[in-house]
Amino acid sequence: MQVTSSVRDPLVTGGKTVKDVSHDISRHVENSPPRSWWIALAISLVFFAYGFYCLCMVLWNGIGMWGLNKTVGWAWDITNFVWWVGIGHAGTLISAILLLFRQKWRMSINRAAEAMTIFAVICAATFPLIHMGRLWLGFYWALPLPNAFGSLWANFNSPLLWDVFAISTYFTVSLVFWYIGLIPDFAVIRDRAVLQGNKIRAAVYNAMSFGWQGGARTWMRYESVALILAGLSTPLVLSVHTIVSMDFATSVIPGWHTTIFPPYFVAGAIFSGFAMVLTLLLITRAVFKLEDYITIYHIELMNIIIIVTGSIVGIAYITELFISWYSGVEYEGYAFYNRVQGPYAWAYWSMMTCNVISPQLFWVKKIRTSIAATFVLSIIVNIGMWFERFVIIVTSLHRDYIPSSWTMFHPTQYDIGEYLFTFGLFFTAFLLFAKFFPVINMAEVKSIVRSDSEKVKKEEDHH
Amino acid sequence: MDADKNFIVGIFDDEEILLSGIKNVRDSGVKIHEVYSPFPVHGIDDALGYKRTRLPIAAFLFGLTGTSLALTMQIWMLGFDWPMIIGGKNFASLPPFIPVTFELTVLLAALGMVATFMISNDLKPYRWPRQFDLRSTDDKHVMAIDLAKNTSMTKAALSQLLKSAGASEVNEKTFE
Repeated sequence: MQVTSSVRDPLVTGGKTVKDVSHDISRHVENSPPRSWWIALAISLVFFAYGFYCLCMVLWNGIGMWGLNKTVGWAWDITNFVWWVGIGHAGTLISAILLLFRQKWRMSINRAAEAMTIFAVICAATFPLIHMGRLWLGFYWALPLPNAFGSLWANFNSPLLWDVFAISTYFTVSLVFWYIGLIPDFAVIRDRAVLQGNKIRAAVYNAMSFGWQGGARTWMRYESVALILAGLSTPLVLSVHTIVSMDFATSVIPGWHTTIFPPYFVAGAIFSGFAMVLTLLLITRAVFKLEDYITIYHIELMNIIIIVTGSIVGIAYITELFISWYSGVEYEGYAFYNRVQGPYAWAYWSMMTCNVISPQLFWVKKIRTSIAATFVLSIIVNIGMWFERFVIIVTSLHRDYIPSSWTMFHPTQYDIGEYLFTFGLFFTAFLLFAKFFPVINMAEVKSIVRSDSEKVKKEEDHH
Repeated sequence: MDADKNFIVGIFDDEEILLSGIKNVRDSGVKIHEVYSPFPVHGIDDALGYKRTRLPIAAFLFGLTGTSLALTMQIWMLGFDWPMIIGGKNFASLPPFIPVTFELTVLLAALGMVATFMISNDLKPYRWPRQFDLRSTDDKHVMAIDLAKNTSMTKAALSQLLKSAGASEVNEKTFE
C-alpha cells in the first residue's frame, strides 16, 4: 500500500487503474507507430548517413580533416564529448539519486531518461575514439593491456585514463540498471502477446525478459538490487563529470586550472541533462499521448531542478571571473578578460544569456508550467551548455603563451558532420527505443497508481 | 501425487486483500508455493515469512574484489613491472590511483551483484517460465498452492480457504 500526501498533486492523473497502465504503455509496442514517428526516423537517418560519411572520411584521411591547428588542438570533438556526457547525467540522477531520496515522481520519467543517458554516452564516446586517429590501436593506448613495447603500461596518473575507466563503468552500470528495470515490463508485453496469439512477439519479449515471472521472492531480491544499484550509481554519476572536469583542471592552461571545476561541471551536467530530458519527454508525451503519466506537475518539478542547477552554474561563472582577478595571476586574468572581451566574446555572452538568464524565467509559475515555454527554454539551455564547453576549451587555447601562435578555430565540414552524426545516432536510437521498448516503467507506476487514482476520484467527488 | 505439478491458484485483485489473505492462508497451516505480482508489494516478504536477501553481502564482496584488483594492478604495473617517473611522483603513489580504483569497485560490485541476482532467480533468455496465470504481469496477484505439499486439506477445502481469504477467482493448474 502506498501512502501519498494529500497536499501533493497526484502523480498519475485520469483515474487510471493498474490494467490501464499495462494497456496505455504496451500498446505503443504492439501497434504500428504513428506517421510522425516515421518522419522523425527518416530525418534522423539522413543526419546519421551524412555524419557517417564525414566520420569515414576522417577515419580514412586522419583528423587533419578537422579544423584543428597547432594552437587549438582540442575543439569541437572534446566540446561535443563533454556536452553529451553531461546530458547523460540527468538519467542517472533521476533513476538513482531520486530513488534514494524516495521521490516517487521519478517513476514515470526514469525509463526514458535512462535510455537517453545510454544513447548520450554512446554519442559522447565516439569523439575521443575518433580523436585517437588510429582507433584500432586505441585499445593499447587506453587500456592496461600487455603490449609489444615491453609491456609499457598505460599511465594511471593521467586523468585521460581515469576518463576511460569512468565513462566505460558509467555506461556499463547505467545499461545494467536500465535493463534490470526493463525486465518485468518485457514480461508484461510477452504475456499480452501470448493472450493476443502473437507467437513471435511472445518469444522475442520472453527472451528479452529472461523468462521473468514476478514471484514474491524475485521481487524482494529485485528491489534490493535496484536499491544497491542506485547507491552505487549515485557516487558514480558524480565521479564521472568530476573526472571529465579533471581532464582540464589538472592541466596548467589558464582558464582550465581551477579547483572549482568538479562541482561546477556536475551541476552543469545535471542542468543540461534535465533540459534534454524535457525536450525528449515533451515530444514523446505528445506523440504517444502520455499526458496522464507525464503531467504538468512532473514538468514543473524538472523545471525547478533546472532553476537550482542553472543558478549553481551561474554562481560558478561569476566565481571564476572574480577569482581570475582576485588571484592576481596575470595569465588567469587575461584568459578571462579575453573570454569576456576577446574575439570569442559572442560565444561567452551566448553562454551567459542561455545558461544564467534564461533559466531564471522559471521562477514565474506560469512559465514553468507552460509546455511551449519549457520546450523552447530546454533547447536554449542545451545551446548554452554547448557554448559553455566551447568557451572553456577554445578561448583558453586560442591565445597561446606566445602571441605569434595566436589564432582562431574554424570548424570544417567534418567537425560539423560528426556532430550531426551523433544527433542522428541519438535520435535514431531514441526513436527505436520509443517504439520497441515500454517508454514508462509500468511496474513502478502500477505500484503508485491505486492511491493516486483514488485520490483523484475523491477530489472529483469533493468538487 | 507428485510435487510441483498440481496447483490450486487463487487470483487476488488488490494488494491489501492479498496481504491479509496470505496471513489467513498461512495461519491455517497451508504452505504457499509462491505469490506472483505485477509490481513489488511492500510487506509481502514478511507476510510470506521470507528471510532477507543476502544480495547486499554479495555486492559488498564483489566490490571488495574490485578494489583490491584495481589497487594490485596499478601498484604492480607502475610501481614494480615498469616504474616510471611521472611528474616527479613516487612510482606507486596512491592518490592518482584512487579514481580507477573507485570505478572498478563500482563496476565489479554492480556486475557481480546483478549476475548473482540473475543466477539465483534462474533468469535466462531461453527459459519459458511456468505461468500460473497470464494476468499476473498485468493487474492480478496470483497465489499458487502446491497440492502435493498440502495433503492435509482437500482440494475443495483449499479452494474454500482461498475464497474466504479474499481471492476473486480460484482455478486449478496442472503442469506436465
